[in-house]
Amino acid sequence: MAKRIDVKDLNLFYGKFHAVDQVSLAVPPRNVTAFIGPSGCGKSTVLRSLNRMHEVIPGARAEGKVLLDGEDIYASTVDPVSVRRTIGMVFQRPNPFPTMSIRDNVVAGLKLAGLRDRKKLDEVAERALRGANLWAEVKDRLNRPGGGLSGGQQQRLCIARAIAVQPDVLLMDEPCSALDPISTLAIEDLIQELKKDFTIVIVTHNMQQAARVSDQTAFFNLAGVGQPGRLIELDDTEKIFSNPTQKATEDYISGRFG
Amino acid sequence: MSTATDLDRPATPPAFQEINASRRFKNRLATVLVAGAFVFALAPLVWLLITVLAKGLRYVFNADWWQKSLAGLTSRQFGGGVYHAIIGTLLQGLICAVIAVPIAILVAVYLVEYGKRSRLARAVTFTVDILSGVPSIVAALFIYALWVTTLGLPRSAFAVSLALVLLMIPVVVRTTEELLKIVPDELREAAYALGVPKWKTIVKIVIPTAMSGIITGISLAVARVMGETAPVLVLVGYTAYINYDPFDGNMASLPLLMTAERLTTNAVGEARVWGAAVTLILIITVFNLLGSLISRLTSLKTK
Repeated sequence: MAKRIDVKDLNLFYGKFHAVDQVSLAVPPRNVTAFIGPSGCGKSTVLRSLNRMHEVIPGARAEGKVLLDGEDIYASTVDPVSVRRTIGMVFQRPNPFPTMSIRDNVVAGLKLAGLRDRKKLDEVAERALRGANLWAEVKDRLNRPGGGLSGGQQQRLCIARAIAVQPDVLLMDEPCSALDPISTLAIEDLIQELKKDFTIVIVTHNMQQAARVSDQTAFFNLAGVGQPGRLIELDDTEKIFSNPTQKATEDYISGRFG
Repeated sequence: MSTATDLDRPATPPAFQEINASRRFKNRLATVLVAGAFVFALAPLVWLLITVLAKGLRYVFNADWWQKSLAGLTSRQFGGGVYHAIIGTLLQGLICAVIAVPIAILVAVYLVEYGKRSRLARAVTFTVDILSGVPSIVAALFIYALWVTTLGLPRSAFAVSLALVLLMIPVVVRTTEELLKIVPDELREAAYALGVPKWKTIVKIVIPTAMSGIITGISLAVARVMGETAPVLVLVGYTAYINYDPFDGNMASLPLLMTAERLTTNAVGEARVWGAAVTLILIITVFNLLGSLISRLTSLKTK
């Protein structure tokens, strides 16, 4: 199940624009890593490169290595589709499939991969919804459209959808930024639960959230507009928030800029 | 008492002004212009509808009208029906849709999902634009040149359908393209992130999300081509008999029947022409209603 990620000398581009420069970092399994930093510093770009979603954007490309338990996901023989099957993702805005019911949303990944067994799918749906702390709220309306849920419920539905395919790693791109504090709390609790089974990387703009949920924190920064983003510091969350080695990290978390 | 007058007077001058006369006038003028344009645009349509219904409606309340052809009837005999023309119109429209819709949807998928702004995609868009401006008579003559002159095949209902295909493809491509474009990229990314290949994302996520609108677009396009007259005039001959074979022989259709019977300058001809006009309008209305019904059934629900 949960696997480790090692990023080596990763450079990311959008067309000619050099977005992220020479990032190397390690994410241990069953661990929550938070990416923080000012807007435009490339933290979301790095996150998206971890399951080859970066290259979905026209003109975007990646150089360097991302190793999942030692296997390079950017090797020329690797099918990006199989990478994404192993490394799931939750997005900033909840994006349930509007044509599908709650149940079908959860099992969409398996169904689209060709699994037809109704009983198996129902089991998976229940397990994933329980895993996403949503089962109690939706068990009586599994056949209703996913779009009818509240924002927080939709986001947990998306998490259920992501964990239903049993990935090794779960990437979360500001999963709470569109949610109210109660729903945010629900998701943060959920992250603590999910950590037992998955390796989690989360991008967040909320430093308290990073401090609350993560085991280690990576701070990204950029020298200026149009400059590539860089990884400034990666350390245990406690260390980053109490005693960072870099001046820029300290300035950022103490609110002096960004 | 002086205190009473003090209470009557506002403590501070009002902060907001009234709408001044010139703005009020401009507002009136704009309202009149917009409403006038609406009436001006709508009046001829209503007039047309009333005329057609007034002249033709009484002939269609008759079982024979929908079940019989005009076979064996002279231009002086009342009776018979336009079943042969209804079948022709539906058959030609259906064959056209069966050919045009898959091609048009594939083109739109290419343009939105694969071509983006590539050179080929721009060339295709340009061609579709040109094609959508081609008059139906030109499409008909092109098919005549291809089908009859070059390939040496006889005029037939199928040739009509081919000309209608040329007219239908650009309409469906355009609407489908616009509808695929408004499907949020977030849905595509959500599917990719689940390890769903791109083609499956398009087939199972993107197209179903846009399906309701695509169906509306198709039903409007079908309704439009069923009323086309130039292709049936050029590419097939009129007959008063029922013909189910699109590849062989003459086949009537409602527009063709109307142009043929227009030459019958008596009450019988009048009945047939106006009756056929009402029938055509009814069929097109049914198609539009059917389209909006299906699109409502397939539309995205939140409850």
